[in-house]
Amino acid sequence: MTTPEPHAGNVWPIWEVFVRSSRGLSHVHAGSLHAPDAAMALRNARDLYTRRNEGVSIWVVPADAIASSDPDAKGAFFESPQGKDYRHATYYTKSEGVKHL
Amino acid sequence: MAAQTLQSVPGEPTAARHEQSLEDAARRDAEGQAYFDKVMADDSRIEPRDWMPPAYRKTLLRQISQHAHSEIIGMQPEANWISRAPSLKRKAILMAKVQDEAGHGLYLYSAAETLGQPRDQMNQDLMDGKAKYSSIFNYPARTWADMGAIGWMVDGAAIANQVPLCRASFGPYGRAMVRVCKEESFHQRQGFEILLELSHGTPEQKQMAQDAVNRWYAPALMMFGPPDDDSPNSKQSMAWNIKRFSNDELRNRFVGMMMEQVKVLELTLPDKDIRFNEDTKKWEHGPLDWDEFHEVLAGRGPCNAQRLERRREAHNNGTWVREAAAAYAEKQSRQQAEKESAA
Repeated sequence: MTTPEPHAGNVWPIWEVFVRSSRGLSHVHAGSLHAPDAAMALRNARDLYTRRNEGVSIWVVPADAIASSDPDAKGAFFESPQGKDYRHATYYTKSEGVKHL
Repeated sequence: MAAQTLQSVPGEPTAARHEQSLEDAARRDAEGQAYFDKVMADDSRIEPRDWMPPAYRKTLLRQISQHAHSEIIGMQPEANWISRAPSLKRKAILMAKVQDEAGHGLYLYSAAETLGQPRDQMNQDLMDGKAKYSSIFNYPARTWADMGAIGWMVDGAAIANQVPLCRASFGPYGRAMVRVCKEESFHQRQGFEILLELSHGTPEQKQMAQDAVNRWYAPALMMFGPPDDDSPNSKQSMAWNIKRFSNDELRNRFVGMMMEQVKVLELTLPDKDIRFNEDTKKWEHGPLDWDEFHEVLAGRGPCNAQRLERRREAHNNGTWVREAAAAYAEKQSRQQAEKESAA
């Protein structure tokens, strides 16, 4: 299968945009954009992702600076929590009906 | 929309994979297909780095990039009226709307890029006339009332089409559509309001509104694509949970909505054959000129050449801006490096 080289020929790098919608909440991934530098990426992100007061703070991160887990290894990588129900409150049923517990 | 440069483009052979035997590759494809099938059966979502059938990737790339091109070309019929908007308020609204269309194009290009297609390639394909976009934007916007008809009918049809796409099986596409749909309802309402005001204005203004509705009605209905029995890709797209309803289903539903809303406008739809079929419980409309649709799609509509010429002109006029921004970024990073080495 011949897929073109990722982003070959793009003049500007890709930035991932994270927006904090209001104080007290985390920044959440909103999308991506192209920009020549961080300052322009922030300005573009403001114009693109917060035209209607969607945010009070923006992070931009060069896309190739993000490390991510391998999608093909999803089973193995996330295996350890499986079979460990005792990490959830719902595992403990004997206390049902006891108040404030 | 997602970080797709993290490792390889999904589905593309990496150096490490070349070393694997053919059996390994075949097993990987079989496992990938099984996982993909399960995702489809569960009506879950595929993300950019998941394994996906090459045809699924190709279909999505075509659909999302065409959708993005439509948003970008779709700026033109309305941008054409910004300088002639009847009031400062209408001018501000129209500018906000055209800016939204640019934003929608960018959300969608981002989504398409996660499938491994560089943005500049898509842009080039559009300017070279190799890429398709919605036939509707090759019709001219003749009067101010067309701003109303475009907002009410064209954006209305777009919403009817796009709401189900929020649940498309490809994550980045669905997420882009959620964002787009939130913004579209402003577009449709402002268009409706323009028509309502004209309809309650002088007889000439009312006539202008009616003429615009008459002009945009059929092209808006054709936005849903060819009839079901002439839509070869629909079945596969529905099996892949990209498309949720057929072209005709969406079109009929849209006709029903228009029929109610046009009464409030005190205007009429230019179609004597619209009726509610009591047997099928569906709205029906009169015949549409599908030859015209195919002609426009093939590049022979009223404004195709003008739209592409304008797109190329805008791109070329922006060259110095892109070059200046790149030069500035380069200079800043050089100065930063000098400062650091001096410290």
